[in-house]
Amino acid sequence: MTAASQDAPAPVPGPSSQRPSQTDIAEQQYSTHVSLRHRLAERGIDRTLLLAVPGVVAIIALFCYPFLYGLQLSFQPKTGGVFGAYKAFFDDPYARGSIGKTFDLAIPASLINVGASVPISYRMRREFRGKRILLALLVVPITLGTVLTAEGLLEYLGPVGWFNKTLQLLHLTSGPVQLVNNYWGVLFSLVITGFPFAFLLTHAYLSGIHPSLEAAAATLGAGSWQRMRHITLPLLLPGLLTTFCLTFVLAFAVFPSAQLVGDPAGQTHVISIEAVHDALEEFNYPLGSAVAMIMTALMLAVIGIAMGLRSRLYKGSTGGKG
Amino acid sequence: MAAVTDLRPRPDAGAHFAELRLTGVGRSFGGVAALRPLDLTIRGGEFVALLGPSGCGKSTALNCLAGLLPLSSGSIELDGRRIDGLPPEKRGFGMVFQNYALFPHLTARANIAFGLKMRKVPKTELERRVSLALQMTRLTEHAHKHPGQLSGGQQQRVAIARAVVIEPPLVLMDEPLSNLDAALRLEMRTEIRRIHQELKLTTVYVTHDQEEALSLADRLVVLRDGKVSQIGTPAELYERPASAYVAGFMGYRNILRLPLGDLAAETPEQDPAPAVAAIRPEDLDIVGSTETAPADSLTLDGVVLVVEYHGREYLAQVEVADGRRLYVRTSQRPAPGERVTLAAPRSRVLLFPDESGAS
Amino acid sequence: MSVLTREPSPAAAPSDQVSAPRGRSLIARPGTWLVWAVVAFFFLNLLGLIATVVLDSFGKTWFGGWLPQGMTTGWYSEAWSEFDLAQVLTATAQIVLWVLAISLVLGVPAAYALARRDFPGKRIVMLLFVLPIVVPPMAYGIPMATLLYKFHLAGTLSGVIAANLVPSIPFVVFTMTPFIEQIDPKLEAAARMCGAPTRTVFTRILTPLLLPGMLAAGILVLVRTFGMFELTFLTSGPTSQTLIVALYYAVFSAGIRAQQSIDAMAVIYTGSMLVLLLIALRFVNPTQLVARSADRD
Repeated sequence: MTAASQDAPAPVPGPSSQRPSQTDIAEQQYSTHVSLRHRLAERGIDRTLLLAVPGVVAIIALFCYPFLYGLQLSFQPKTGGVFGAYKAFFDDPYARGSIGKTFDLAIPASLINVGASVPISYRMRREFRGKRILLALLVVPITLGTVLTAEGLLEYLGPVGWFNKTLQLLHLTSGPVQLVNNYWGVLFSLVITGFPFAFLLTHAYLSGIHPSLEAAAATLGAGSWQRMRHITLPLLLPGLLTTFCLTFVLAFAVFPSAQLVGDPAGQTHVISIEAVHDALEEFNYPLGSAVAMIMTALMLAVIGIAMGLRSRLYKGSTGGKG
Repeated sequence: MAAVTDLRPRPDAGAHFAELRLTGVGRSFGGVAALRPLDLTIRGGEFVALLGPSGCGKSTALNCLAGLLPLSSGSIELDGRRIDGLPPEKRGFGMVFQNYALFPHLTARANIAFGLKMRKVPKTELERRVSLALQMTRLTEHAHKHPGQLSGGQQQRVAIARAVVIEPPLVLMDEPLSNLDAALRLEMRTEIRRIHQELKLTTVYVTHDQEEALSLADRLVVLRDGKVSQIGTPAELYERPASAYVAGFMGYRNILRLPLGDLAAETPEQDPAPAVAAIRPEDLDIVGSTETAPADSLTLDGVVLVVEYHGREYLAQVEVADGRRLYVRTSQRPAPGERVTLAAPRSRVLLFPDESGAS
Repeated sequence: MSVLTREPSPAAAPSDQVSAPRGRSLIARPGTWLVWAVVAFFFLNLLGLIATVVLDSFGKTWFGGWLPQGMTTGWYSEAWSEFDLAQVLTATAQIVLWVLAISLVLGVPAAYALARRDFPGKRIVMLLFVLPIVVPPMAYGIPMATLLYKFHLAGTLSGVIAANLVPSIPFVVFTMTPFIEQIDPKLEAAARMCGAPTRTVFTRILTPLLLPGMLAAGILVLVRTFGMFELTFLTSGPTSQTLIVALYYAVFSAGIRAQQSIDAMAVIYTGSMLVLLLIALRFVNPTQLVARSADRD
């Protein structure tokens, strides 16, 4: 049986079909005799992929479609032409001012959260008794969420709340300090819910740096600071930038705390409040969608810068633990 | 003894010392004694191997020497000055880790230069020494690569170069070859020996491989469960192991309880009473059916179970009368199932008091 | 590949590792004290704000002293009827359980396919699953609310469930993937060699092994959906609110309703959440409760 090289591409054979002469077949003819199914399987495509289809379809239908619909809608305002909605937003100083107010909250909050997480997780990088309990306690504010934190802060930081009382007791201030219904309440809220998140991420990245690297640096004469500066920090930096991005995204989208414990019509009129107001209160859906898109674009810009910085750093394996 | 604050040798100082003395060095953690008090004196330029299975305390001892683990008891003195209070960065010892611990974000060259950089060695001197180290470990063309781009053997060499370039008084090696495949391991073993001969740096080497220890070390310390079993030169340990445990490490693969053949069981008058016999597979011979065993041999009858081909000879597993099995190296090929007589010169059958581990 | 000394690690205490070298451990350096002080300050404030809410909910009145004057449980029954908590909790339970069920059904098979196969376009699919977790709900929630309004689903239970599926399905996928990767594919091969058809491989080999992972993922979805504010806020109506959204609206009514009953509601929320959290922490470690998209470096 010689190679039937003039045949049409072989039909998909069953597993039992024998091709005893395959070894005779010349290289370029071989491919026509390997079934399509096998060729696909080699590239990772087979029936198993069907399992992923429902999930993918759900995401496309529930996420991509609404998002694209919103994007399209933002270019279809009732008045003002294609960019009418965007123009309306940027023409209104109160509306466009929300961008600045949001950054004013998000950047400091993120810097505090990520900044504090570094020395604290560095000190906690080894195992110690009760570490797991500590980590579990840190999860509490994240799971309780922004609404509860804001609600609690309203009273706790209020003029007659415990915080102010303690400040006066310690003679740090003479009268109650205004910490709610303004910028500070929201900042507090963002730190309480954001710091544990940043900490857990930073801690995870730090744990990924094998302890033997620091031990090796020590045997080579590097003291505490030098180890941090030459070994730990360079290896941690890519992870830190990622943590910053994720923390920033959460802070930039701040909403309930800006409403509850902030000054939603003034100091803390953040961009999400603007968007909700337009969409759900004014029922101006094109404008609401436009603001949502602007919000997304701004976030992507910041993430882009951070990731750009990150790509210039070493990002490879840091040894891992064992 | 006056404590010193900084042991790092100045760039011009020689790296040799006369004596490193460990006295009663022990470490306990959580109620478990990982290392019982160890007394050991290491002479300058010596290559000492710490040998033992996992958990025997050898790595603990090494890490205590490095300053990575604090001592629970005892002291370490370098030429009479106590150093066990110094943190690792002040001891100035070079260390090669089992997983190499190469800094992944630095090139091979930068890795090697790191120790010199920490010691603020001037730039030209630094470059010179790093280049020499690269040459010595034959890594010059890989100097610009990151550890991730190097093979296992190359990473190993970088780790070694990094430890020796600072010309430390002591080089510590923690099972540096265990992550390499067999062929590379043999090659690197020779490399380590060559570097030791060239630089004459005092080395403490931890391993569980007795072959490695025997071939590299000037002296061996065999450890078990945190305690020292024996200290001696390879020849001393090979010829006169102090216990059945050490014998097991030195290739005395057949460790059997008495009575064995015509060797009597323990007689209560002897103290400590011998209870265990150790015989090397090489010292056992298969006596042909037409031959007689040499005079003054211990003879045992048995049946051949399994035969392994080892190139120049065979390794046979033979089951003797009471169901126990012995390993025999022989140049004639026995057949499985064959009835044989084994003979070993009595002088090569070592007797030891009772210790757990005998079959 | 570990430099950890091979010592028998004592059962109770952390094992004697050669970790990063300690400083002079006898005298804790000022840096350490500072770090612990900051951590303590953080927890003190956290405790303070929770305690304020709890105490207030049990206090008869609280006019500004350190503690409320008098104790009562009356606010809870008032909150229950005023805020119609029975209905809210029912709606919450329905939403959360439906989201849990659907996201597991859709997410676990998808995770399996992604873990076991490398196919062209896999990166796009991975990106597709990462986006809903990384993009904040507010950004896609508003267009989604618009759409739901168009389809007359705004304010309905189904709308809220659909909205909450968006972050939950990817979350299940990313939580399950390491579990699946842990299961040696050779197990499946071995089962086939023993003659098992695909369905049997799934039901008798994979599912039992995947159950712990599914449990973990399920609990995490439960906790997250229970506490997920923005999406439900944007898509719910008066009868389809979850407890957290009802609480939000309640706080706005602080002029009309007593602060104490609002706090009672908050305590009910906190209590339920802490119970769920305790159950979750039994099965997963704390870091997993945080978005796993961080691993996607």
